[in-house]
Amino acid sequence: MTGVLDQPLAIGGHSFRSRLIVGTGKYRSNATMIAAIEASGAECVTVAVRRVDLDRTKEEGILHHLDPGKYFLLANTAGCYSAAEAVRYARLGREAGFNDFVKLEVIGDQETLFPDVAGLLAATIELVADGFKVLAYTNDDLITALKLEQAGCAAVMPLASPIGSGLGLLNPYSIRTIKTRLTVPVIVDAGVGTASDACLVMEQGVDGILMNTAIAEAEDPVVMAAAMRRATAAGRLAFLAGRMPRREIAFPSSPTKGMAG
Amino acid sequence: MDLIVNGEARRFERALTAGELLAELELDPRAVVVELNRRIVRRYELGETQLDDGDCVELVHFVGGG
Repeated sequence: MTGVLDQPLAIGGHSFRSRLIVGTGKYRSNATMIAAIEASGAECVTVAVRRVDLDRTKEEGILHHLDPGKYFLLANTAGCYSAAEAVRYARLGREAGFNDFVKLEVIGDQETLFPDVAGLLAATIELVADGFKVLAYTNDDLITALKLEQAGCAAVMPLASPIGSGLGLLNPYSIRTIKTRLTVPVIVDAGVGTASDACLVMEQGVDGILMNTAIAEAEDPVVMAAAMRRATAAGRLAFLAGRMPRREIAFPSSPTKGMAG
Repeated sequence: MDLIVNGEARRFERALTAGELLAELELDPRAVVVELNRRIVRRYELGETQLDDGDCVELVHFVGGG
Protein backbone atom coordinates (compact mmCIF):
# COMPACT_ATOMS: atom_id res chain seq x y z
CA MET A 1 0.00 0.00 0.00
CA THR A 2 2.89 2.35 0.82
CA GLY A 3 5.22 0.58 -1.60
CA VAL A 4 5.62 3.43 -4.07
CA LEU A 5 6.39 5.99 -1.37
CA ASP A 6 8.39 3.95 1.14
CA GLN A 7 11.25 1.46 1.44
CA PRO A 8 10.76 -2.11 2.61
CA LEU A 9 11.46 -3.02 6.24
CA ALA A 10 14.83 -4.81 6.47
CA ILE A 11 15.61 -6.91 9.55
CA GLY A 12 18.62 -9.20 9.84
CA GLY A 13 19.07 -9.40 6.08
CA HIS A 14 15.41 -10.18 5.45
CA SER A 15 13.15 -7.70 3.68
CA PHE A 16 9.43 -7.23 4.42
CA ARG A 17 7.03 -5.12 2.37
CA SER A 18 4.74 -4.57 5.35
CA ARG A 19 5.86 -2.67 8.43
CA LEU A 20 3.17 -4.42 10.45
CA ILE A 21 3.99 -7.70 12.21
CA VAL A 22 1.10 -9.57 13.81
CA GLY A 23 0.70 -12.26 16.44
CA THR A 24 -1.39 -15.41 16.12
CA GLY A 25 -2.61 -15.80 19.70
CA LYS A 26 -6.03 -15.38 21.33
CA TYR A 27 -8.18 -15.68 18.20
CA ARG A 28 -11.64 -17.14 18.62
CA SER A 29 -11.10 -19.46 15.65
CA ASN A 30 -8.32 -20.40 13.27
CA ALA A 31 -10.43 -19.25 10.31
CA THR A 32 -10.74 -15.76 11.86
CA MET A 33 -7.01 -15.70 12.56
CA ILE A 34 -6.14 -16.51 8.96
CA ALA A 35 -8.62 -13.96 7.59
CA ALA A 36 -7.30 -11.29 9.98
CA ILE A 37 -3.66 -11.94 9.07
CA GLU A 38 -4.61 -11.73 5.41
CA ALA A 39 -6.44 -8.42 6.00
CA SER A 40 -3.49 -7.01 7.98
CA GLY A 41 -1.16 -7.40 5.01
CA ALA A 42 1.56 -8.68 7.37
CA GLU A 43 4.20 -11.02 5.99
CA CYS A 44 5.84 -11.74 9.31
CA VAL A 45 3.75 -13.42 12.03
CA THR A 46 4.74 -14.50 15.52
CA VAL A 47 4.17 -17.94 16.99
CA ALA A 48 4.81 -19.53 20.40
CA VAL A 49 6.40 -22.85 21.34
CA ARG A 50 4.37 -25.09 23.62
CA ARG A 51 3.94 -28.74 24.55
CA VAL A 52 1.98 -30.93 22.19
CA ASP A 53 -1.26 -31.95 23.88
CA LEU A 54 -0.88 -35.73 23.88
CA ASP A 55 -4.60 -36.35 24.32
CA ARG A 56 -5.75 -34.06 21.50
CA THR A 57 -3.00 -34.04 18.94
CA LYS A 58 -5.00 -33.58 15.77
CA GLU A 59 -5.17 -30.18 14.07
CA GLU A 60 -3.84 -28.38 17.08
CA GLY A 61 -0.47 -27.10 15.85
CA ILE A 62 -0.58 -23.79 14.05
CA LEU A 63 1.25 -25.19 11.02
CA HIS A 64 -2.00 -26.96 10.13
CA HIS A 65 -3.44 -23.52 9.45
CA LEU A 66 -0.57 -21.19 8.57
CA ASP A 67 1.43 -21.80 5.41
CA PRO A 68 5.12 -21.28 6.23
CA GLY A 69 5.71 -20.77 2.51
CA LYS A 70 3.46 -17.72 2.61
CA TYR A 71 4.33 -16.18 5.98
CA PHE A 72 7.63 -15.62 7.75
CA LEU A 73 7.16 -17.36 11.11
CA LEU A 74 8.86 -15.54 13.97
CA ALA A 75 9.07 -17.80 17.03
CA ASN A 76 8.83 -16.10 20.41
CA THR A 77 9.99 -17.00 23.90
CA ALA A 78 6.83 -15.74 25.57
CA GLY A 79 6.27 -17.09 29.05
CA CYS A 80 9.99 -17.38 29.85
CA TYR A 81 11.10 -15.80 33.12
CA SER A 82 14.86 -16.40 32.94
CA ALA A 83 17.61 -16.05 30.37
CA ALA A 84 18.28 -19.82 30.47
CA GLU A 85 14.63 -20.65 29.84
CA ALA A 86 14.39 -18.14 26.99
CA VAL A 87 17.54 -19.54 25.36
CA ARG A 88 16.07 -23.04 25.62
CA TYR A 89 12.80 -21.94 24.00
CA ALA A 90 14.63 -20.02 21.27
CA ARG A 91 16.49 -23.21 20.33
CA LEU A 92 13.28 -25.25 20.35
CA GLY A 93 11.68 -22.62 18.12
CA ARG A 94 14.57 -22.68 15.69
CA GLU A 95 14.30 -26.46 15.45
CA ALA A 96 10.52 -26.31 14.99
CA GLY A 97 10.71 -23.52 12.47
CA PHE A 98 12.24 -22.32 9.30
CA ASN A 99 14.69 -19.54 10.20
CA ASP A 100 17.11 -18.39 12.89
CA PHE A 101 15.08 -15.34 13.97
CA VAL A 102 13.68 -15.16 17.47
CA LYS A 103 11.40 -12.68 19.18
CA LEU A 104 13.17 -12.75 22.52
CA GLU A 105 11.12 -12.18 25.65
CA VAL A 106 12.48 -12.56 29.16
CA ILE A 107 9.63 -11.54 31.42
CA GLY A 108 10.38 -10.11 34.86
CA ASP A 109 6.97 -9.65 36.45
CA GLN A 110 3.67 -11.49 36.11
CA GLU A 111 1.42 -8.50 36.68
CA THR A 112 2.93 -6.08 34.19
CA LEU A 113 4.78 -8.58 31.97
CA PHE A 114 7.58 -6.03 31.90
CA PRO A 115 10.87 -7.44 30.65
CA ASP A 116 13.75 -8.47 32.92
CA VAL A 117 16.34 -6.40 31.09
CA ALA A 118 19.37 -8.03 32.76
CA GLY A 119 18.10 -11.47 31.74
CA LEU A 120 17.20 -10.14 28.29
CA LEU A 121 20.72 -8.87 27.72
CA ALA A 122 22.29 -12.13 28.94
CA ALA A 123 20.03 -14.21 26.69
CA THR A 124 20.73 -11.91 23.73
CA ILE A 125 24.49 -12.34 24.11
CA GLU A 126 24.17 -16.14 24.23
CA LEU A 127 21.77 -16.35 21.28
CA VAL A 128 23.74 -13.95 19.06
CA ALA A 129 26.84 -16.09 19.69
CA ASP A 130 24.77 -19.11 18.64
CA GLY A 131 23.88 -17.49 15.30
CA PHE A 132 20.40 -16.21 16.10
CA LYS A 133 18.90 -13.03 14.68
CA VAL A 134 17.52 -11.59 17.91
CA LEU A 135 14.52 -9.24 18.00
CA ALA A 136 14.41 -8.23 21.64
CA TYR A 137 11.18 -7.22 23.37
CA THR A 138 12.22 -4.55 25.85
CA ASN A 139 10.89 -1.61 27.81
CA ASP A 140 11.07 1.97 26.56
CA ASP A 141 14.46 2.61 28.17
CA LEU A 142 17.14 4.10 25.92
CA ILE A 143 20.11 2.71 27.83
CA THR A 144 18.81 -0.86 27.63
CA ALA A 145 18.04 -0.37 23.94
CA LEU A 146 21.60 0.81 23.32
CA LYS A 147 23.01 -2.19 25.20
CA LEU A 148 20.81 -4.56 23.20
CA GLU A 149 22.04 -3.04 19.96
CA GLN A 150 25.62 -3.33 21.12
CA ALA A 151 25.01 -6.98 22.03
CA GLY A 152 24.12 -7.66 18.41
CA CYS A 153 20.32 -7.56 18.23
CA ALA A 154 18.89 -7.54 14.70
CA ALA A 155 16.07 -5.32 15.98
CA VAL A 156 15.11 -3.72 19.27
CA MET A 157 11.43 -3.80 20.22
CA PRO A 158 10.37 -1.39 22.94
CA LEU A 159 6.83 -1.56 24.25
CA ALA A 160 4.20 1.13 23.72
CA SER A 161 2.49 -0.04 26.95
CA PRO A 162 2.10 -3.42 28.71
CA ILE A 163 1.40 -6.53 26.65
CA GLY A 164 -2.31 -6.99 26.05
CA SER A 165 -3.25 -3.74 27.82
CA GLY A 166 -4.46 -1.74 24.82
CA LEU A 167 -3.34 1.46 26.59
CA GLY A 168 -1.65 2.81 23.48
CA LEU A 169 1.61 4.75 23.28
CA LEU A 170 2.38 5.94 26.81
CA ASN A 171 5.73 7.59 26.17
CA PRO A 172 6.23 8.94 22.65
CA TYR A 173 9.36 10.81 23.75
CA SER A 174 11.15 7.61 24.84
CA ILE A 175 10.24 5.79 21.66
CA ARG A 176 11.39 8.73 19.53
CA THR A 177 14.66 8.96 21.43
CA ILE A 178 15.34 5.23 21.04
CA LYS A 179 14.66 5.46 17.32
CA THR A 180 16.92 8.48 16.95
CA ARG A 181 19.83 6.88 18.76
CA LEU A 182 19.77 3.33 17.38
CA THR A 183 21.04 2.12 14.03
CA VAL A 184 19.23 -1.26 13.98
CA PRO A 185 15.49 -1.28 13.24
CA VAL A 186 13.19 -0.25 16.10
CA ILE A 187 9.88 -2.13 16.15
CA VAL A 188 7.34 -1.06 18.74
CA ASP A 189 5.94 -4.23 20.28
CA ALA A 190 2.88 -4.44 22.52
CA GLY A 191 0.28 -2.09 23.92
CA VAL A 192 -1.64 -0.62 21.00
CA GLY A 193 -5.42 -0.80 21.31
CA THR A 194 -6.82 0.71 18.15
CA ALA A 195 -5.83 2.18 14.80
CA SER A 196 -5.00 5.69 16.06
CA ASP A 197 -2.48 4.13 18.48
CA ALA A 198 -0.73 2.35 15.61
CA CYS A 199 -0.71 5.53 13.56
CA LEU A 200 0.76 7.56 16.43
CA VAL A 201 3.45 4.90 16.99
CA MET A 202 4.49 4.99 13.34
CA GLU A 203 4.47 8.81 13.34
CA GLN A 204 7.36 8.66 15.85
CA GLY A 205 9.53 7.41 13.00
CA VAL A 206 10.02 3.79 14.14
CA ASP A 207 10.60 1.09 11.55
CA GLY A 208 7.63 -1.08 12.33
CA ILE A 209 5.03 -2.24 14.80
CA LEU A 210 4.06 -5.61 16.25
CA MET A 211 0.64 -6.33 17.69
CA ASN A 212 -1.64 -9.21 18.60
CA THR A 213 -4.38 -8.48 21.12
CA ALA A 214 -5.62 -5.26 19.50
CA ILE A 215 -6.62 -7.31 16.46
CA ALA A 216 -7.50 -10.65 18.06
CA GLU A 217 -9.74 -9.14 20.73
CA ALA A 218 -11.50 -6.59 18.54
CA GLU A 219 -15.19 -7.32 18.06
CA ASP A 220 -14.42 -7.90 14.40
CA PRO A 221 -10.75 -8.90 14.13
CA VAL A 222 -10.72 -8.95 10.33
CA VAL A 223 -11.99 -5.37 10.03
CA MET A 224 -9.60 -4.21 12.78
CA ALA A 225 -6.72 -5.90 10.95
CA ALA A 226 -7.63 -3.92 7.83
CA ALA A 227 -7.74 -0.74 9.95
CA MET A 228 -4.31 -1.50 11.46
CA ARG A 229 -2.84 -2.07 8.03
CA ARG A 230 -3.99 1.36 6.91
CA ALA A 231 -3.08 3.07 10.19
CA THR A 232 0.46 1.65 10.08
CA ALA A 233 0.88 2.83 6.51
CA ALA A 234 -0.69 6.23 7.24
CA GLY A 235 1.53 6.84 10.27
CA ARG A 236 4.61 5.85 8.33
CA LEU A 237 3.77 8.16 5.42
CA ALA A 238 2.97 11.03 7.80
CA PHE A 239 6.39 10.58 9.39
CA LEU A 240 8.11 10.52 6.00
CA ALA A 241 6.11 13.54 4.87
CA GLY A 242 7.21 15.58 7.90
CA ARG A 243 4.42 17.25 9.82
CA MET A 244 3.80 21.00 9.91
CA PRO A 245 4.96 22.90 12.99
CA ARG A 246 2.62 23.19 15.96
CA ARG A 247 1.43 26.77 16.60
CA GLU A 248 -0.40 28.24 19.54
CA ILE A 249 -2.32 30.69 17.30
CA ALA A 250 -4.64 30.29 14.35
CA PHE A 251 -3.42 31.06 10.86
CA PRO A 252 -6.00 31.47 8.09
CA SER A 253 -5.99 28.98 5.25
CA SER A 254 -7.75 31.35 2.85
CA PRO A 255 -6.34 34.68 1.56
CA THR A 256 -6.87 37.62 3.90
CA LYS A 257 -6.75 40.01 0.93
CA GLY A 258 -9.38 40.36 -1.79
CA MET A 259 -12.45 40.23 0.40
CA ALA A 260 -15.47 41.85 -1.33
CA GLY A 261 -16.03 45.36 0.02
CA MET B 1 9.88 -48.93 28.94
CA ASP B 2 8.90 -46.07 31.26
CA LEU B 3 9.28 -42.48 30.06
CA ILE B 4 8.23 -39.06 31.27
CA VAL B 5 6.60 -37.47 28.23
CA ASN B 6 5.58 -33.82 28.60
CA GLY B 7 5.59 -34.25 32.34
CA GLU B 8 3.41 -37.40 32.35
CA ALA B 9 4.59 -40.92 33.20
CA ARG B 10 3.99 -43.16 30.20
CA ARG B 11 4.69 -46.88 29.78
CA PHE B 12 5.48 -48.46 26.42
CA GLU B 13 5.61 -52.17 25.62
CA ARG B 14 9.05 -52.08 24.04
CA ALA B 15 12.17 -49.95 23.89
CA LEU B 16 11.67 -47.12 21.42
CA THR B 17 13.78 -44.70 19.44
CA ALA B 18 12.72 -41.03 19.44
CA GLY B 19 11.30 -41.53 15.96
CA GLU B 20 9.32 -44.57 17.06
CA LEU B 21 7.92 -42.63 20.02
CA LEU B 22 6.51 -40.01 17.64
CA ALA B 23 4.99 -42.76 15.48
CA GLU B 24 3.53 -44.44 18.57
CA LEU B 25 1.89 -41.13 19.57
CA GLU B 26 0.80 -40.45 15.96
CA LEU B 27 2.77 -37.20 15.79
CA ASP B 28 4.22 -35.72 12.60
CA PRO B 29 8.02 -35.45 12.96
CA ARG B 30 8.03 -32.44 10.61
CA ALA B 31 5.83 -30.43 12.99
CA VAL B 32 7.10 -31.59 16.39
CA VAL B 33 10.43 -31.04 18.11
CA VAL B 34 11.79 -33.71 20.46
CA GLU B 35 13.84 -32.64 23.45
CA LEU B 36 15.45 -35.56 25.29
CA ASN B 37 16.72 -34.82 28.81
CA ARG B 38 16.98 -31.13 27.88
CA ARG B 39 18.89 -31.79 24.63
CA ILE B 40 17.22 -31.20 21.27
CA VAL B 41 17.13 -34.28 19.03
CA ARG B 42 17.62 -33.09 15.46
CA ARG B 43 15.18 -34.50 12.90
CA TYR B 44 17.86 -36.56 11.18
CA GLU B 45 18.82 -38.10 14.55
CA LEU B 46 15.30 -39.26 15.47
CA GLY B 47 15.66 -42.77 14.02
CA GLU B 48 18.98 -43.50 15.66
CA THR B 49 18.26 -41.97 19.07
CA GLN B 50 17.46 -44.83 21.44
CA LEU B 51 15.39 -43.89 24.50
CA ASP B 52 16.18 -45.29 27.94
CA ASP B 53 14.01 -46.04 30.95
CA GLY B 54 13.36 -42.89 32.95
CA ASP B 55 14.18 -40.50 30.11
CA CYS B 56 12.42 -37.14 30.15
CA VAL B 57 11.02 -36.28 26.76
CA GLU B 58 9.46 -32.95 25.82
CA LEU B 59 7.43 -32.80 22.60
CA VAL B 60 6.73 -29.24 21.48
CA HIS B 61 5.34 -27.47 18.45
CA PHE B 62 4.21 -24.02 17.30
CA VAL B 63 0.95 -22.65 18.64
CA GLY B 64 -0.68 -19.24 18.33
CA GLY B 65 1.17 -16.51 20.20
CA GLY B 66 2.08 -12.85 20.12
